[in-house]
Amino acid sequence: MTTFLNFLIIVLTIIGIVQIVRIIEIAAKLKGPQDKITTDQDNRYNALAMLIVGLGFTAFVAYSFKLWGHLVLPDPVSVHGEGIKMLWDTTMILILVTFFITQTLLFVFAYKYRGREGNTALFQTHNNKLELLWTSVPAFVLTGLILFGLSTWNKTMVPDTTNAKVMEVYAQQFNWTARYAGDDNQLGKAHYTLIGGINTLGVDERDTLSHDDVVVREIHLVKDQQVLMKFRSQDVIHSAYLPHFNVQMNCVPGMSTQFAFTPTKTTKEMREDPEMIERMKFINEARAKKGEEAVEFDYVLLCNKICGSAHYNMQIKVIVETQEEFDVWMAEQDTFKTLVSAQ
Amino acid sequence: MSDHNEHHHHEETFISKYVFSTDHKMIAKQFLITAMVMGVIAILMSVFFRMQLAWPAEGYPILETFLGKWAPDGVMDPNIYLALVTIHGTIMVFFVLTGGLSGTFFNLLIPLQIGARDMASGFLNMLSYWFFFVSSVVMVISLFVTSGPAAAGWTIYPPLSALPQAMPGSGLGMTLWLVSMSLFIVSALLGGLNYIVTILNLRTEGMSMTRMPLTMWAFLVTAILGVLSFPVLLSAALLLIFDRGFGTAFYLSDIMIQGEMLTQTGGSPILFQHLFWFLGHPEVYIVLLPALGITSEVVSTSSRKPIFGYRAMVGSILAIGFLSFIVWGHHMFMTGMNPFLGSVFTFTTLLIAIPSAVKVFNYLTTLWKGNIQFTPAMLFSIGLVSTFISGGLTGLILGDSALDINVHDTYFVVAHFHIVMGLSAIFGMFAGIYHWFPKMYGKMMNKNLGYVHFWLTFISAYGVFYPMHFIGLAGVPRRYYSNTAFPMFDGLVEINELVTVFAILGAVAQIFFFFNFFYSIYRGKDAPQNPWRSNTLEWTTPTHDRIHGNWPGEIPSVHRWAYDYSKPGADEDFISQVVPLKDGEEEH
Repeated sequence: MTTFLNFLIIVLTIIGIVQIVRIIEIAAKLKGPQDKITTDQDNRYNALAMLIVGLGFTAFVAYSFKLWGHLVLPDPVSVHGEGIKMLWDTTMILILVTFFITQTLLFVFAYKYRGREGNTALFQTHNNKLELLWTSVPAFVLTGLILFGLSTWNKTMVPDTTNAKVMEVYAQQFNWTARYAGDDNQLGKAHYTLIGGINTLGVDERDTLSHDDVVVREIHLVKDQQVLMKFRSQDVIHSAYLPHFNVQMNCVPGMSTQFAFTPTKTTKEMREDPEMIERMKFINEARAKKGEEAVEFDYVLLCNKICGSAHYNMQIKVIVETQEEFDVWMAEQDTFKTLVSAQ
Repeated sequence: MSDHNEHHHHEETFISKYVFSTDHKMIAKQFLITAMVMGVIAILMSVFFRMQLAWPAEGYPILETFLGKWAPDGVMDPNIYLALVTIHGTIMVFFVLTGGLSGTFFNLLIPLQIGARDMASGFLNMLSYWFFFVSSVVMVISLFVTSGPAAAGWTIYPPLSALPQAMPGSGLGMTLWLVSMSLFIVSALLGGLNYIVTILNLRTEGMSMTRMPLTMWAFLVTAILGVLSFPVLLSAALLLIFDRGFGTAFYLSDIMIQGEMLTQTGGSPILFQHLFWFLGHPEVYIVLLPALGITSEVVSTSSRKPIFGYRAMVGSILAIGFLSFIVWGHHMFMTGMNPFLGSVFTFTTLLIAIPSAVKVFNYLTTLWKGNIQFTPAMLFSIGLVSTFISGGLTGLILGDSALDINVHDTYFVVAHFHIVMGLSAIFGMFAGIYHWFPKMYGKMMNKNLGYVHFWLTFISAYGVFYPMHFIGLAGVPRRYYSNTAFPMFDGLVEINELVTVFAILGAVAQIFFFFNFFYSIYRGKDAPQNPWRSNTLEWTTPTHDRIHGNWPGEIPSVHRWAYDYSKPGADEDFISQVVPLKDGEEEH
């Protein structure tokens, strides 16, 4: 029955449109023959719509930062993230200035130079000076942007890691595991053929470097301590994405990738941040509407490369804390050696 | 080609006229109609997955009607969600915006605008369409296999796409995807070679390269990009077929999946990405350049003004074409590739902003002091310029490797490429259809329905994709079946609903187009020979006796460029390319 009604609605809609078109066409015929491309009336209405919709959209873009600005991630809480933030702000200013100028010109021109009976367009084929200007200005600006971008990129990706604490983040469908390097700050070797039983990461127990490694299901980071994260994957490509820190790196089977960064704010500090309290209030209101309980802020590492059916829920909690808190937590964990011996 | 068209006197059967036609005008229509059918499928899919994102876990009987066991009680399964986004992307990029856009307008316009009786090889052209058709059929068939269609994203990165254990969609669905794409590539290559050869060799007398309309330049560069890059995708697909079926290890290494230890070692999934994006990035311009070419033509004609800076426009098309081959790595900044390589790709990528800026400024100046006729085609062209600016600018963020770190693979990317390449290209395609419909069918499309179609489409297009920037900046990854697994995304419910409402509105708006299109074929007003008072050669052919061979008599020779609009001293505000220069008249 519903199918029939739906079908009926579609048929009636089509008939409706046909009739409207006919009326319009008959009305047009009554006005007499037209050999013009468009009438002045067409041009006037569409030009006006251009002005209203076009400038309306442009204005909305300006307003949207106020309307939706609070949805955007908070400022990055990592040392390199601060550099990226500067590059971001510079780029955004450039983009927005260009956006507002060009969109406004486009819609204003469309309105102002709408066709009118008896009007003639200007015959103008080129203007070398003008064209040189708008080739060289973007070229000049982009040179600056490229240099700024490359220096930020190199600072981010090729940092000095001599004092970094090493850890591994291991991906598989659809969860994450972390491995800490232990006191020696060196990860033991691992190979996929060694995966089995409790040894889910395929760590090589014959490699003595692995003995003090610690395998856990939660990532703990120390504030102001650089961490060198190494990534591996067991099955397909995943991507370790830590949005709050401006960190992302793919985890590729058969390959080892890495990203070094320094968190600058503990989870506790974030939770006490007034701006974050506001955000969490907003989020918890939304959760209450869905009938879900309130939550506190937490950092998270999530998968950002399509990896299968539960891709949308592949996450691991990240906690940033002080060195003392970290040490207490670490002391509670079993080393890899204890783990396999107990087996 | 000055001999009279021999085909004209042949007795044409239904099969030779409508099915296995070698007439470029008929082949263009075949491409267009096929792409429209595929487009409807892809639009429906996008409405379905947008419903899932806005109202997750809510049951909709319509989903069960269409998706069957993949949506028990109307609630979508995660696997079919991924399949829908995959096939939506594949169809839109390849079947609508490559096959549909290039196939339609290259075939229709190349012989007509350069003054040729047909393509260099009508037979290859026919083959090109039929490969495209079979490829479309295979893609559609893949929607009905038990394990579901391909679901690894339109970029089909292995190992996900290589291993049937990884997801249901990597079974038979993926095989059919690869078969379909291989056929598609054959079609693109046959078409592409033909386009290049035709433009280079069959121009009529007087049609020098620098007198060609910008559509021809854009189409020529596009065809060259396609011929140089599609074979690379074919090889990538072949290697993937070997990895899937014959135990090779081009892309596979050290994998343990679903408890099964694979024996392949030594391959690299990153190799696939290099091969894929070596096509994938030029592909963006294969989609975009024809739209820009069409727009150049429509903007100039409808402003009754010469296109501003013809040589700069040609130069920027060539520059964009060249640069598009050396930027593919910006899709792979986060793969762990050498940071130095990332620097190189950042450099080349941001350079593309220069020719793009030149094009935008030239469009703006073409409008300046024009006498703008707001035809539906012109509205879509102005829409294209707007979306090209909006989407192009966010490219400065994504192309800058340092900034890409935090927005890579998020909704920010989805917003960016849909605006700059999806919307721009589809707007260009609509502009082309409205503009050349009289040439295709000898009838006019209804103007007022065209206006309604444009305004609804334009508003809903920005309504869908502009808010997505914010969803991306909130950190939401693309290809997430739902945002509900993370408290940090719980504040995005309303903005997601807004996007979906506009998506549905945008889809409904297309009814006006489809209705107008088919209604006008049968009931439209008869088109005059040159309805837009345009200069280009296609408007010198007869409107109603659309013969195979295009011109009943001699092919006209060309005496001027295509942009003599509102030239001082002329009787009318346009001068066809076939009109000789007057005594003392300067060529633009």
